[in-house]
Amino acid sequence: MARGQLAPTPHDPDERGHFGPWGGRFMPEALIAAVDELAAFYEKARVDPEFLDEFARLLRDFAGRPSLLTEAPKFAAHAGGARVFLKREDLNHTGSHKINNVLGQALLTKRMGKKRVIAETGAGQHGVATATACALMGLDCVVYMGEVDTERQALNVARMRLLGAKVIPVKTGSRTLKDAINEALRDWVANVDDTHYLLGTAAGPHPFPVLVRDFHRIIGIEAREQILAKAGRLPDVVAACVGGGSNAIGIFHGFIDDPSVRLVGLEPGGDGIETSRHGATLTAGTPGSLHGAMSYVLQDSDGQIAEAHSISAGLDYPGVGPEHAFLKDSGRAEYRPVTDAQAMEAFALLSREEGIIPAVESAHALAGALVLGRELGPEGLILVNLSGRGDKDMDTAIKWFGLGVES
Amino acid sequence: MSRLEPVFSACRAEARAALIGYLPAGYPTLEGSKDVLRTMVSAGCDLVEVGLPFSDPVMDGVTIQRAAEQALRGGFRVRDLFGVVESVAEAGGRAVVMTYWNPVLAYGVDRFARDLAAAGGLGVITPDLVPDEGAAWIEATDAHDLDRIFLVAPSSTEERIDLTARSSRGFLYATSVMGVTGARDVVSSAAPALVKRVREHTDMPIGVGLGVRNGAQAAELAAFADGVIVGSAFVSAVRDDTVAALTTDLANGVRQAPAAV
Repeated sequence: MARGQLAPTPHDPDERGHFGPWGGRFMPEALIAAVDELAAFYEKARVDPEFLDEFARLLRDFAGRPSLLTEAPKFAAHAGGARVFLKREDLNHTGSHKINNVLGQALLTKRMGKKRVIAETGAGQHGVATATACALMGLDCVVYMGEVDTERQALNVARMRLLGAKVIPVKTGSRTLKDAINEALRDWVANVDDTHYLLGTAAGPHPFPVLVRDFHRIIGIEAREQILAKAGRLPDVVAACVGGGSNAIGIFHGFIDDPSVRLVGLEPGGDGIETSRHGATLTAGTPGSLHGAMSYVLQDSDGQIAEAHSISAGLDYPGVGPEHAFLKDSGRAEYRPVTDAQAMEAFALLSREEGIIPAVESAHALAGALVLGRELGPEGLILVNLSGRGDKDMDTAIKWFGLGVES
Repeated sequence: MSRLEPVFSACRAEARAALIGYLPAGYPTLEGSKDVLRTMVSAGCDLVEVGLPFSDPVMDGVTIQRAAEQALRGGFRVRDLFGVVESVAEAGGRAVVMTYWNPVLAYGVDRFARDLAAAGGLGVITPDLVPDEGAAWIEATDAHDLDRIFLVAPSSTEERIDLTARSSRGFLYATSVMGVTGARDVVSSAAPALVKRVREHTDMPIGVGLGVRNGAQAAELAAFADGVIVGSAFVSAVRDDTVAALTTDLANGVRQAPAAV
């Protein structure tokens, strides 16, 4: 296993969490002691062989890592003939990349001596992963989920409850992911002595963007070795979907020091970025502070946060992790929108051509790969982070494609 | 140097704490919020906090969340804030603004300070801005002679209390409980201990808030704080049309106990 997975890198932010003008801590004083404590425990843990071994053991024996790298030639035939490889985070236990981060943070929770974990969830993938890790490690678990999302992801609500978590539907604001985060923050400030907020994406106040990224760096570390072994060279493009940006930052970091590799994030374009119904924060957002950090944000001219729209509940978020804002500005990564229709087309195509049903979130990365492949031509080599499986999205697929049983 | 110094010195001369009342601008309507604030001033608030409604108020409980949502649904815009502040000043009241940071960023940090000062505002409370991230804000408030009120909490370390006190001007806002805004039945026991710790670091006035809803609770806090801050109870009183009576009750409360300093 990759012992250096959590090691400090030249790409780390300053000690207060700034990636250039992005990141930092824009949050209530009442929570500063908690994030200071978390940062202190994490700085020790990331270089502690005992912690690293335990984390590696859990990733191997519980999550099922390393995840496979699968070539997708029939899908690639629709992508201008470029070769396409899929990093199979969908095969992890609980069905997505989210398990990497929750196992790491649950271990930290135990180290801090806290007994209770709270989390937010959009699609339910992070909520299910958190409930799973809490069941494994004997932690109390409360998951906040927007009421709209509890309806479109009812199956995941049932999974979380079966795993022993309490799921609280959030009925304020837009009743989606951003409001679930607001409610989790309100819980945290009232219960911070015994509670860890297990944030599910590489956003929020320092140190969350760093530690969530680091717990997902295993994706890029494995994928780099695997693609060198299978294709004999580095990919031209690494493509990943970006909501908050955790799976993308995890795979990007495996290639960030390889200047020949383009890093491309695919954002939820919803009905199209020319409409107001999308969640393409990096493409169409402006600088602002949301949920504890400076980053690009979807907002009106008064700084009121806009509601994001996406067919994918997991990408339906008006903010994005601060390191992505930094990578966009520096030009090291590029970000493109993918509409709901493009994502669902890629969703169906991968299912039919390769026998793999992707999460609708990951289908955004696949749709991006179809376009990028045509740009690169037959010599191109694309690595797609298949961040999750699509079982949870059947209800969405039934509605979109009319897959219901004929009466 | 502090714009709010006269408020606290006048109260101190009467050997009592200041009553500080909060209301979101635009609640229940834009004109309605001006009326309510005038009532709060005439019935005994020494200082009012005019809240800027925000879409994602993570430090607020459900009462203030709903009031902010109502104001925004009613079409409230950030530029309307300054007219509300102006109407308080015209009524002979003193006003500070309480706002989350993102609307200030969007409006323009310096422009916000300039326009607030021009409207007669005396300072700003920033619940999700800590001094560590406040360099631009400190510069703007210095340039436009506004007080800036940062918050301390029971979880703040001595080092952070010191930093916060050194960065603030006017008064320090001590959150009496670990939690969001909202009226509570019992005033927190953490508050006296926090105020005592803060006084080790500064002579600045200390306002205590979170959870106060009546004169008896105000009297409890007035025994050790320089200002008693009341928010959600005023929002509820607007709904029940009891703002004047609540203000009178609270104003009597802060006069029942001898002031701490």
